[in-house]
Amino acid sequence: MNGGRKPSGGGRGRNAGAQGKDAAGQRRPMFRRRKVCKFCADKIDDINYKDTKLLMPFVPERAKILPRRISGTCAMHQRKLRTAIMRARQLALIPYTSE
Amino acid sequence: MKRRYELVYIVSPDASDEQVAELHTQIEAIIQRMGGQLEKTENWGRRKLAYEIGRHKEGTYVLEVINGAGELMKEIDRRLKVIDTVIRHLVVRVDEEQGVIDRMREKRTETSRRRRVARGLPADRQPGEGQRGEPDEDRDDRFDLGGEEMR
Repeated sequence: MNGGRKPSGGGRGRNAGAQGKDAAGQRRPMFRRRKVCKFCADKIDDINYKDTKLLMPFVPERAKILPRRISGTCAMHQRKLRTAIMRARQLALIPYTSE
Repeated sequence: MKRRYELVYIVSPDASDEQVAELHTQIEAIIQRMGGQLEKTENWGRRKLAYEIGRHKEGTYVLEVINGAGELMKEIDRRLKVIDTVIRHLVVRVDEEQGVIDRMREKRTETSRRRRVARGLPADRQPGEGQRGEPDEDRDDRFDLGGEEMR
């Protein structure tokens, strides 16, 4: 149960090499931290539409669903996240847009 | 055919507590009549809506967990559409998803137990072992454990 693997090249705008003093950061120029699926890492099985606290980090200011390429969520969990967000939107727990 | 459904409905903020209670009894009556049972009911109280629904800015949320047939939910759905104190409602079938979640959880504990036994450890986690989760699982995937970066 581990879908969060991604080649370290994916995603943009994140470069841990500049800020971290990690040994790994020095090895390659422009090292990007490997992203891990939050739900796999924290072992959250149930992505529930009622749990707004869990969903909110995945809907940034414009209220769009954060893409997998940025969040690093695995395919299975992104799918579940999507349904949960869409249900929460129907119930006005999460906005569709922000003005 | 028994299935488990979750029903959430939002009652207009203009409605009094009695009206909310009456709505609940109405739904209960339908459930009784059509041979289902009400498993749980939860009133979340008045909450702010994320967006306006027909000039309303807040509403009273009520959650009901119902065991019953699809026909029953169809009837409830139809009724709620007609009642205008209910500004929004959602019916979700939950039994299958719950089954998937349980199976996943079971599978995970089983693999972790197997791995622990293979490493010569007792099958269950001892108190005060590791920081969170199983230390032997998926850890090689992370280089940087400090700081949650989620954006």
